[in-house]
Amino acid sequence: MIEALDLLFNASLWAAVLRIATPLIFGVLGALLCERAGVLNLGIEGIMTMGAMVGWLSVFLGADLWTGLLIAAGAGALLGLLHAVLTVPLGLSQHVSGLGITLFASAVAYYLYRLIVTVGESPPTIVPFRPLDIPVLSDIPLLGPVLFSQAVPTYLALLAVAVLAYVLARTPLGLAIRMTGENPHAVEAQGLDPTLIRIGCVMAGSALMALGGAFLTTAAFNSFFPEMVQGRGWICIALVVFASWRPGKALLGALLFAFFDAYQLRLQTVVEGVPYQLFLMAPYVLSIVALILVARRAQVPEALMTPYRKGER
Amino acid sequence: MRLERRASVPWALAATAPLAAIAAALALAAGLILAAGVNPFAAYAEMVKGALGSRLAVTEMLTRAVPLMLTGLAAAVAFRARLWNIGGEGQFYLGALAVAWVGHDLISGLPPALGIAVLMVVGMAAGALLLAGPAFLRLRFGVDEVVTTLLLNFIVILFVGLMIEGPLRDPLAFGWPQSVPVDDAFRLPDLVPRTRLHIGLLIALAVAGVVWLILARTVFGTEARAAGFNARAAEFAGVSLPRTIMGVALLSGGLAGLAGGIEVMGVTGGVTTTMSPGFGYAGIVVAMLAALHPAGVVAAAVFVATVFVGADAMSRATGVPSFIADVIVALALLTMLVALLFTSYRVRR
Repeated sequence: MIEALDLLFNASLWAAVLRIATPLIFGVLGALLCERAGVLNLGIEGIMTMGAMVGWLSVFLGADLWTGLLIAAGAGALLGLLHAVLTVPLGLSQHVSGLGITLFASAVAYYLYRLIVTVGESPPTIVPFRPLDIPVLSDIPLLGPVLFSQAVPTYLALLAVAVLAYVLARTPLGLAIRMTGENPHAVEAQGLDPTLIRIGCVMAGSALMALGGAFLTTAAFNSFFPEMVQGRGWICIALVVFASWRPGKALLGALLFAFFDAYQLRLQTVVEGVPYQLFLMAPYVLSIVALILVARRAQVPEALMTPYRKGER
Repeated sequence: MRLERRASVPWALAATAPLAAIAAALALAAGLILAAGVNPFAAYAEMVKGALGSRLAVTEMLTRAVPLMLTGLAAAVAFRARLWNIGGEGQFYLGALAVAWVGHDLISGLPPALGIAVLMVVGMAAGALLLAGPAFLRLRFGVDEVVTTLLLNFIVILFVGLMIEGPLRDPLAFGWPQSVPVDDAFRLPDLVPRTRLHIGLLIALAVAGVVWLILARTVFGTEARAAGFNARAAEFAGVSLPRTIMGVALLSGGLAGLAGGIEVMGVTGGVTTTMSPGFGYAGIVVAMLAALHPAGVVAAAVFVATVFVGADAMSRATGVPSFIADVIVALALLTMLVALLFTSYRVRR
């Protein structure tokens, strides 16, 4: 019991929280952007898998880490375009299209991976992002190693929260995006094109999701292996609801979630006699509990999952 | 130019749609086969040979089609009522685990036919209960069932791992953890001697018939379809939405659970955490290719099984990664979605 509490005062736990939260922050922001514009993107799990694979593959083939992230984001945007074309101008079922994108993107990622790495071969590694010690600040006791000694994409994720929050809340573009998710007819009355706004948001959101996946292979680990995303995408979809479609709350949700994940990993080492599977279940159970807690007062974008057709009511 | 919903779908068009979708999926996947440096026509020929080229190949393919028919029916039943059950994989595993547990020594001594019937009910009950949870959460708290059923898949597979490494571990199995096996008396008899094909195929076909009867000829079936088509109108017409959705959930979860139970009794004997190559997820594709129709599900399951079994053989012969099967199946889902647009709408100038 004392040991379990001791863990809480360990800087490495809190540093791990930010690290574990990073892919979730990217993923949840991506899902949030799509949904704010009115499109549910269940392609997230596959897009993250593709991002992880493409990010790793680019670096493995000689690109530098930043180019790897860029290519991953591009791959994500392309998958987003596919989902957007199917669900926005064609107005097909967002559920089925999203699941299709997930199945398709993961299958293609594994296929391409297998073209390069044969069965039984150990996954080739790359040199990942190293933690960046920010001068002076990283020397602050406790706070330094937690906040100022992370891999650069982690800072990028935090920056993305601020940018998205600002854009959505304070700019004309953000207003147009939110309106598209609430009432696309009103957007059209303003002389804007809801279809284009939705396509843009789904592409940008999918790029963010892919960055989350790429963080796994270029920073959290140093190689790609099948099943590595492990439902993080689905957890992000749950976190968006938990966050009531707000970027700030989404960051909070991702951190809270990452805290439990980091804590259970460490608890496993001190608590004996409890099957490890119970610890691994915790994140998924937690997501469901979070959904139940907020479901009643969830402020779902009014036009989420409603296809928009010009002139049709 | 605009789209206009068709009042009725011509029969020929409805039948052409899945074929066109499959052709498109195969054409698109050919690009990836080319990337592997293999002639797509040669690869597809190997695939057909591997799945349909011999008596043994055909029985293997049909063995694979059995769980796909059942998970496909599970998805079709749910999707018709707009209940987004993406938890087929979890329901499959829980059904399998329940059948292995009860069938190992809890009902020893029952006559085989009765025991098998009991175990089928056990598998169905396990899957049905698993989906009842998310259905309840949707009806009571408005929690979206897509996310809950997806997350439950991960929870159930971890739970299966826990059980087969713990209380249900087979002490006789060396190496990988495996659950205790179903009593030999309750293993499904072979349909074709000296192959793996078991009478589960007949069971799955019969179940497809029963599901068709339920959907097409009962009040419940009509109410379920009405709930999917327009929930508000259905309620206005006196359909009890909670009761209908819960009924659909029990049926859908039950079918996926039965798939797991049949797989254990017919093929694997015990449960492992790798016994399903995604039967639950592939069931969604099967249901969509079938346009959610039970008879179509049988045909679509045979197609998907052909792709999976054929891809394994093709992979051995040509070196193209067998993940190509997953690519083809996923593409077929997306192309079918587009094809459905053409069957339900027409272009007006």
